[in-house]
Amino acid sequence: MIKVKFRNLPSQLSLLLLALLLTFSITTYAQDEASAATEQPAATGVGDAAAGKTLFNANCAACHRLYKPATGPALFGVGDKYDREWLYSWIRNSQAMVKAGDPQAVAIFEENNQAVMTAFPALTDTDIDNILAYTYTEKPEVVDPCIANPELCEGETSTSGVSSEIILLVLALVFLMLVVMLYLVTKTLKRIAEANGVVYEKKEKRTPIWQAFIKNQFLVLVVSVFLLLSAGYFAYGWMMQVGMDQGYAPVQPIHYSHKIHAGDNEIDCNYCHSSARKSKHSGIPSLNVCMNCHKNISEYTGEEDIANGYTRDFYTAEIKKLYEAVGWDEASQSYTGETKPVKWVRIHNLPDFAYFNHSQHVTVAGIECQKCHGPVEEMEIMYQFSPLTMGWCINCHRETNVDLKGNDYYKKIHEELSKKYGVDQLTIAQMGGLECGKCHY
Amino acid sequence: MKKTINISIGIIASLALISCFDSNRPNYQYMPNMYEPVGYETYGEYEVFPGDMEAMLPVEGSIPRGWKPYDYENTTEGLEKARAELKMPIEVTEENLARGGQLYTIYCAVCHGDKGDGQGILMQREKFLGIPSYADPGRNITEGSVYHVQMYGLNSMGSYASQTNELERWQITQHVMNLKAALKGEPGLLIDSTNVATDSIRTTLEEAEEMEQAVDNSEQETN
Repeated sequence: MIKVKFRNLPSQLSLLLLALLLTFSITTYAQDEASAATEQPAATGVGDAAAGKTLFNANCAACHRLYKPATGPALFGVGDKYDREWLYSWIRNSQAMVKAGDPQAVAIFEENNQAVMTAFPALTDTDIDNILAYTYTEKPEVVDPCIANPELCEGETSTSGVSSEIILLVLALVFLMLVVMLYLVTKTLKRIAEANGVVYEKKEKRTPIWQAFIKNQFLVLVVSVFLLLSAGYFAYGWMMQVGMDQGYAPVQPIHYSHKIHAGDNEIDCNYCHSSARKSKHSGIPSLNVCMNCHKNISEYTGEEDIANGYTRDFYTAEIKKLYEAVGWDEASQSYTGETKPVKWVRIHNLPDFAYFNHSQHVTVAGIECQKCHGPVEEMEIMYQFSPLTMGWCINCHRETNVDLKGNDYYKKIHEELSKKYGVDQLTIAQMGGLECGKCHY
Repeated sequence: MKKTINISIGIIASLALISCFDSNRPNYQYMPNMYEPVGYETYGEYEVFPGDMEAMLPVEGSIPRGWKPYDYENTTEGLEKARAELKMPIEVTEENLARGGQLYTIYCAVCHGDKGDGQGILMQREKFLGIPSYADPGRNITEGSVYHVQMYGLNSMGSYASQTNELERWQITQHVMNLKAALKGEPGLLIDSTNVATDSIRTTLEEAEEMEQAVDNSEQETN
């Protein structure tokens, strides 16, 4: 009789598939419900919250948030605090009410550091009703992305750096075990063969290979030349990298991601490094420059990189570090005056005997920052992209032609030098860009 | 036995080579006394300074060369006063407009948008909300108010006085006024040299350039 293996397989498999199907359909259902719950506003009475959201974002959100104070006070449930008619006139022209001496209006004005609220005469009663309906929206529960979307997290953890290292380790162990087993098996087999009377031929005693090698003078010569050459090659390579910091990526006191700022949000390099346009140094921005935006942006809401530990909470904590250093009190939306220096670690550094001027390259030559600093807009952690060696400087000066647009000084000198060298386009080297004294003095 | 020793030497040697590279630490140098500066470097950390910081604020009351006092206060009244009476001290030239456009792209366009309609990338990505268009009638921006807001900031917008100098702020103002006119469908600022003759308040372009030169010099000296 033939033994049938896996006789029950079809039924078992279908059961398994069904279970799988059910699992996934349940999760998707749960998600829908969750999102529906967060979208739904609380009982408001009148007004369309969806239309209100658009109006709120266009008109109010510059100064107001729903759940925490910004330039203006938090607006969650503001419709309960004041009379509807009073709110209509306040929103349309608050300053007129303050001047007229409305006690409630004056009180609010004083409470908020006498900040003047922009008048919105164009908003109708229905518009304001809609906005007020939107202000009743409950704060959405913070959902752990792993609970909401388990497939995403599972996928990410299996491809993450830590677990792939574990897999590699396990594989290495397995291979090691295989090697040991193979060794043991051959040993046993040999013993069995010996027990069975198989006699191995004794190997003849030959001249050892190193003696043969020494006897062959030509081979010794070739090998020693080869060894010397390769030793020279590696020694040269090793000595050339001394004093060179390509790839240097120190840990900074605040995890500032160039990828998010310059990449995702497309902020120009010169926005923060404004002195690169007109000074020797491309300055590290003072914290007031950070606060130009981060007075408003106190939380990170963008994409996460869970595999590397860059979660939303992680980034938000980094913004809090900035607040602590600059002395910004979020609750009162004001500076406390207690500041702490942020000890940024300098990455790009030239030796003291070399002179480099940023403005000459950025403003006069119009070179993109990326030419020397690499794809900064993709760097989560900033690192030194170029070697910053003298050979690297010289190479660029030899290859780059001078841009003459709108520069009368270079125009005249260019004509004279072009005649001298008999070329159409002058390189920087031909204009004296290789002279020692230009950078070393 | 010999073999195992050889293999282990090889492994140790390759490990030693790999472990030398640490991206967290700067590389060692030949003769570091020639690399490291004797004087105080920009942003350096030196014990002689308060908080070990070389980067210090200027002494209170000191003014950079070429700087002119700005008489309007950082209050609502100051803003209204500037809106009503502050006028552009520089001429409208093609060069000023072009510089203003470049600077606008660097400092303003992320929020206010390339066209000044308040649809910059930070607005589209909902980092900032409610950025008004320059043509918004409720705001009624004038050259005076545009300059004043760049100087001190307003509500959510911060001050840009540390990133730009006086001339640059006026150049940006010219570009902003042009954007406002374009949004409203009106003709922009006129490039007209006769302005100088009729209006003695407006300084000539040469003076403006001198101002920039002076500011640049003073900045280079500080570095």
